Amino acid sequence: MKLHEFQAKERFRAYGLSTPRGLVADSVEAVRAAYAELGGELAVVKAQIHAGGRGKAGGVKLVRSADEAAGVAEALLGKALVTKQNGPDGTIVRRLLVEEGLPIAKEYYVAITLDRQRETPILMASAEGGTEIEEVAERNPGAILREDVDPVRGLAEFRARRVTYALGVPKPLARAFAATLVKLARAFLDDDASMVEVNPLVTTKDDRVICLDGKMLLDDNALFRHPGLSELRDENEEDPTEVRAKAAGLSYVNLDGNIGCLVNGAGLAMATMDIIKLHGGEPANFLDVGGSASAEQVTTAFKIILGDPAVKGILVNIFGGIMRCDIVAQGVVDATKALGLECPLVVRLHGTNMAEGRAILESSGLKITPAGNMREAATKIVEAVS
Amino acid sequence: MSILVGKDTRLITQGITGEYGRLHTLACRAYGTNVVAGVTPGRGGSAVDDIPVYDTVSEAREKTGANATMIFVPAAFAADAVEEAAEAGIELIVCITEGIPALDEARMKRIVTAAGARMIGPNCPGIISPGEKCKVGIMPGFIHKPGRIGVVSRSGTLTYEAVWQFSELGLGQSTCIGIGGDPVIGTTHIDSLALFQEDDGTEAILMIGEIGGTAEEEAAQFVRDHVTKPVVGFVAGRTAPAGKRMGHAGAIIAGGKGTAAEKMEAMRAAGIAVAESPADLGSTMAEALAARA
Repeated sequence: MKLHEFQAKERFRAYGLSTPRGLVADSVEAVRAAYAELGGELAVVKAQIHAGGRGKAGGVKLVRSADEAAGVAEALLGKALVTKQNGPDGTIVRRLLVEEGLPIAKEYYVAITLDRQRETPILMASAEGGTEIEEVAERNPGAILREDVDPVRGLAEFRARRVTYALGVPKPLARAFAATLVKLARAFLDDDASMVEVNPLVTTKDDRVICLDGKMLLDDNALFRHPGLSELRDENEEDPTEVRAKAAGLSYVNLDGNIGCLVNGAGLAMATMDIIKLHGGEPANFLDVGGSASAEQVTTAFKIILGDPAVKGILVNIFGGIMRCDIVAQGVVDATKALGLECPLVVRLHGTNMAEGRAILESSGLKITPAGNMREAATKIVEAVS
Repeated sequence: MSILVGKDTRLITQGITGEYGRLHTLACRAYGTNVVAGVTPGRGGSAVDDIPVYDTVSEAREKTGANATMIFVPAAFAADAVEEAAEAGIELIVCITEGIPALDEARMKRIVTAAGARMIGPNCPGIISPGEKCKVGIMPGFIHKPGRIGVVSRSGTLTYEAVWQFSELGLGQSTCIGIGGDPVIGTTHIDSLALFQEDDGTEAILMIGEIGGTAEEEAAQFVRDHVTKPVVGFVAGRTAPAGKRMGHAGAIIAGGKGTAAEKMEAMRAAGIAVAESPADLGSTMAEALAARA
């Protein structure tokens, strides 16, 4: 689950980290008032959307007067901001963060994430703050420093100091800088984040260490133990169909093609998309009904697939283990009748109770094309929609 | 022959009194697994279909000599259950539970490693050795046939698909391990490949990967350096978009890394026979075996 910048910074402050003074505003008037309340001449107005690349897309502006701030708010609020991360339609800007401008001395990059290869959280840091880490990794991989974060103890102080010195942080600020790293690691662990990124973390000319930006991803699997954090979810930023699917216990991702897929198991669901493509078709979605879906869930899955106007045909691919093929078959028949399905439907059932499942499909009198294996299923559905 | 589970396996189930725990424990026993006990805190002294239930793993181990556990407890309590098993001296911990927080998984892995135990999963279908009639997991037993192919996979149902294709072609399996689709797992592709390479009962290996992380690339490197048996590979998710999690917590192309194309290329470079289509897993294995003969 992604947090907005202003939410991430609230979390940072809860762990004793410094952020610029700022106010969240959702109207031009509120932006004007926020500018006045901050009291300085220089301020920054930042669009609060989940997608990265806001700065280059014009979503972050320096302003020097209340009128200028209001002008920026006028241009951003309620409009779609298109960045290189959020596709051609962009995301509607509903809120702005208005922050004090700071006398920046130097910018650094700091992030904490789970290193899957080493099976431990790690801290990554570079002296090239403000630049995207992927770019630094490509151009100058040696410039990225790494330290292990113990999943229980956190970031050891000596490791924080080692990074701080290696980054060349000026001596008077080194202690505060290292302490910032330790606190960031604590925020990562205690909030069950999957990523915390501060780009840039800055030192100022008046000798402070401040999280100028803040990005935080939370581990969905851990939200059960953070009820307060679950409330930070912004469903406006999520695909409404994916939200609906999740509520029904289904895992769904929308794609660009026209063949809807209904599969049990994530690996088989991906392989089903792959084989459709190999046979010249384009999958419209990833949909995993899970290991033990009910007939109702199958119906919901059909509704979700058919909610995509691009869908011209559906492929059901089930390998029954825990899931029984007769139950899936009944779900397919019920859904087909209830929804008055008209597009081509190819069903491949295999595994537990497959004979009973196939019999249910045959005796239903519906126009369902059976397939004996994945190749046949892919061939038939691609033919049917072309 | 087989790896990790077989005739000597003495299995307990943690979470045996839950719906799934009970269902699958009985299915494992029906397949032939020696199920010696179950554990559910607070239910000690009762029984599930005449399988004795204990309050703690250490008591179950003391009374029954259990050496393996299958864990079904809910995600919120899974890390504790794994630690309890490791602390009690259980050698093989098969964690079926899905949805465990990633940081819990990192902690579990450290605890299991420090205890000298082995974990399979979490978020996995488990492990089965058909020739020794031993199943520790939720896979449908009847699709498997005894034989000499080792299977290691991050997926559940896609593994069943592969096993079924093998069985149809008369290619039986020595052991099939579902290692799970989460970011941090107990037994990796490399661990499994090393065990299969050493196992006299395994003649060839199928490795199924998916998008996300670099485990397949590392495994390919391991195959090049250490595996002399024929290896067939497949990677699910060549059509998956970047930045989207595809069901499994670990199945995500992040920062342009972890694509199926990179993984398949690494496999090919290591001499692995890569199946282009998931419909060709069986035939690619048959060809790999024929080419060697």
